[in-house]
Amino acid sequence: MDKKKRKIDLFSHELVPKHILLSKEEAEKLLKELNIRPEQLPWIKKSDPAAVAIGAKPGDIVKIVRKSSTAGEVIVYRYVIDK
Amino acid sequence: MSLYRPPKKIGAIKFGLLSPEMIRKMSVTRIITPDTYSEDGLPIDSGLMDGRLGTIEPGQRCKTCGNRIGECPGHFGHIELARPVIHVGFAKTIYKILRATCRKCSRILLPEEELEEFKRKMDEYEKRWGGLSEEISEELIKKASRVSKCPHCGEVQFKIKFEKPTTYYEETKEGPRRLTPIEIRDRLERITDEDARLLGISPKDARPEWMVLTVLPVPPVTVRPSITLESGVRSEDDLTHKLVDIIRINQRLRENIEAGAPQLIIEDLWELLQYHVITYFDNEVSGVPPARHRSGRALRTLSQRLKGKEGRFRSNLSGKRVDFSARTVISPDPNLSINEVGVPIDIAKILTIPERVTEWNIEELKELVIRGPDQYPGANYIIRLDGRRIDLRYARDRRALAESLEPGFIVERHLKDGDIVLFNRQPSLHRMSIMAHEVRVLPYRTFRLHLCVCPPYNADFDGDEMNLHVPQSEEARAEARVLMRVQEQVLSPRYGGPIIGAIQDYISSAYLFTRKDTLLTKEEVCQLLSVAGYKGDLPEPAIKEPQPLWTGKQIFSLFLPKGLNISLRASVCRKCPGGCLKEKCPYDAYVVVRDGQLIAGVIDEKSIGAFQPDSILHRIIKDFGTDAAREFIDKIGRLLIEFISRRGFTMGINEVEIPRVAMIRIQEILKEAEEKVDKLIESYRRGELQRLPGRTLEETLEMQIMKVLAEARDKAGDIASEHLGLENHAVIMAETGARGSTLNLAQMAACVGQQSVRGERIKRGYRNRTLPHFKVGDLSAKARGFVASNYRTGLDPIEFFFHAMGGREGLVDTAVRTSTSGYMQRRLINALQDLKVEYDGTVRDASSRIIQLVYGEDGVDPAKSDHGKAVNIDIIIEKVLSESERT
Ligand SMILES: [Mg+2]
Ligand SMILES: [Zn+2]
Ligand SMILES: [Zn+2]
Ligand SMILES: [Zn+2]
Repeated sequence: MDKKKRKIDLFSHELVPKHILLSKEEAEKLLKELNIRPEQLPWIKKSDPAAVAIGAKPGDIVKIVRKSSTAGEVIVYRYVIDK
Repeated sequence: MSLYRPPKKIGAIKFGLLSPEMIRKMSVTRIITPDTYSEDGLPIDSGLMDGRLGTIEPGQRCKTCGNRIGECPGHFGHIELARPVIHVGFAKTIYKILRATCRKCSRILLPEEELEEFKRKMDEYEKRWGGLSEEISEELIKKASRVSKCPHCGEVQFKIKFEKPTTYYEETKEGPRRLTPIEIRDRLERITDEDARLLGISPKDARPEWMVLTVLPVPPVTVRPSITLESGVRSEDDLTHKLVDIIRINQRLRENIEAGAPQLIIEDLWELLQYHVITYFDNEVSGVPPARHRSGRALRTLSQRLKGKEGRFRSNLSGKRVDFSARTVISPDPNLSINEVGVPIDIAKILTIPERVTEWNIEELKELVIRGPDQYPGANYIIRLDGRRIDLRYARDRRALAESLEPGFIVERHLKDGDIVLFNRQPSLHRMSIMAHEVRVLPYRTFRLHLCVCPPYNADFDGDEMNLHVPQSEEARAEARVLMRVQEQVLSPRYGGPIIGAIQDYISSAYLFTRKDTLLTKEEVCQLLSVAGYKGDLPEPAIKEPQPLWTGKQIFSLFLPKGLNISLRASVCRKCPGGCLKEKCPYDAYVVVRDGQLIAGVIDEKSIGAFQPDSILHRIIKDFGTDAAREFIDKIGRLLIEFISRRGFTMGINEVEIPRVAMIRIQEILKEAEEKVDKLIESYRRGELQRLPGRTLEETLEMQIMKVLAEARDKAGDIASEHLGLENHAVIMAETGARGSTLNLAQMAACVGQQSVRGERIKRGYRNRTLPHFKVGDLSAKARGFVASNYRTGLDPIEFFFHAMGGREGLVDTAVRTSTSGYMQRRLINALQDLKVEYDGTVRDASSRIIQLVYGEDGVDPAKSDHGKAVNIDIIIEKVLSESERT
């Protein structure tokens, strides 16, 4: 069977939070806002299924919107790394 | 002043073996003579105390680096061994390698193809993980050790026997033949680098032959300093003693070899050298008699310095000792403030605070200096402007010294009332385990603390000891006072409620005091209020004739802040089935406070207890601040203790005695239940029992029996409580939440109930029965651990036995739980220890990497929130309503 056909949408699963790839401008703006270097953010591997699904490359920043038991919904950012 | 040097970051740690060349390269001198000092007390050149090995004497300069004591790190020397010896630490490894390699060509005893396969696996592993796999080499060694003929050179292999600690034999056809370290070293030398890698040894860092020592490093004198006793006799470190032995035997061995002595003598000396080197490394090797001091004490050599509780790691690296600290037994003092700690006068005379002399305190400090170290309050040291420290114990004329005091001097004065100190009880599991207290210097020999601070420390007075630390800098004291003082820690960050509050008798007393029928005469009121420290007018008495009487509620209200509005259900609330009648509750269990007046309800655990969120105490802290809360706890505490002391409150065995009729009723109920159980068993035996869905027949039976018995126990308990009135002290304690539960009461008065092991009725013991008193297969209540007796009348032997079984399980459970949760706690603390909320609100680690953008994702401090929520609507509504009511 064709491999592509069997692929499911990762983000349709309840427990997988939304991953959004930031554009270069957005990323720069964020880093400026937080006054940090990108490596100071938590990391995500480029091989992470979610990162693969949105086509993130090392050096990119991914915005993740997930549920939180304390705040309802939170936005976190991750820096995409190699390996 | 010494310059602050930023700590360095450790990039990696690599473990390996020292090569003989490396040892020689590290060495500043070869050590030849076993002697240490010459007759005139100078270190002998090329001896164990050679000046080039570093300096241990003050004023002396190191011959190698020119530094003085403290700055000179010490330098290694070396001993050239006359014959190689095995390093005990690697004896096992050597054995494994010998078995896996050929006795002639030293290749691994596996065919080339197999080695190729192992190499492929090992390369893959190393690429993935950056190291060699112990698992792969273990597998290879296991496989190669079984081979009896070398696939490379065809040599027949002998079995190798290892005898602890360092002897190896080859079992030839002619009998066992001993392998000398020389032979072993030869074999290890011939192992190729590639083979070594497959054996799990990285040849760059550790060639196999380095496990057989030919050169021994001599540690610098700084790690084995000699000490001069008062008598002037020099006493050497254990390591030095051991090194002397090694050098002596080494010398004799060399002389004998050079003189061509008989093989036997050389072998003996060689063996002796091996012994000394073994015990130099580790003096607790099994099968080796430990080397002893002349006194008979076993020497503390290298391994003993590191290993175990008293070793370098656990004692010096994980555990540190500090000055300005004290430890003693604790005992209670309800007259202290929660912020205070009672410090024994003997301790106050030893612990000091450095106080800088100014023109405003000079007179006071002069007085302290004159009184000196032995009279309290006094002082122990003076530090002059030039930094010189004067010990007042040895000062001849303290009066003159006091006169010489001038601004800028520092006087290390005794601890006095009001000083801030840190107080701690282990295990320090949360931040309230170390709090700042104000000192109260008291007679006797124990630390004293207020009973309400027992919960955060988890302290009791059955012999508990606590530690006290005196902050020495102004910043530390300010920080302690602002952040760590007990009153600042009342609200727990764990669940946003007070962790400090009334316990036990405070709660019983509060209940008795605020009951409707508590009426106090003017005399009583005045005495209670004066003990509590109330300064103000008496309220109008509730009853004016025939004599003025005040209610407990009125007096209690005097300590509630004006403007406090709260209502809550007390602990004694019966959860009335028809819905709560609120203010009209017949049990007075609905607490209503309006504008600081206790209108209705009794005060008990729910209102002032520790661990009670949304209580009166909680509202006072949140709405009126920590000072108000401290004052409330202090005053109410003294008042309640005084009240309950005057009234009297006891519990004896009679407290849980119930009338004969009731006892008979209970026995009937229990008997009925037992009969019911027997019926169930019978129907099970006949196969008439209906199986519950998802359960086996046996499980169904067990469940039904348990249900019947539990119901019977509850019923028995209910009957007992009917006869234990609300005036009963045990009942008061249970109902108000002061101590114990209704279940405890039922067990004491009526029936202990089913004992269980692993959540089931007891079934272990003999084959198909619990005890030999029962028939095989007996499933009745009694035979399976049902205790029909109560604690007051006592248990029969069989019941007692089952009870002990259940009790034992509980003890084992807690022991296991504390050790596993302790381990988890340590791991969590290690992982989280330097996380911190920065000024920009982000949570970051030590290398300022972001962990969270906002603390807890919502930025709420649980200690300052209501149940983790930023606002509690209910409380705001109540506040607004009660305020509008008044206007
Ligand atoms: Mg204790
Ligand atoms: Zn030196
Ligand atoms: Zn061979
Ligand atoms: Zn009620």
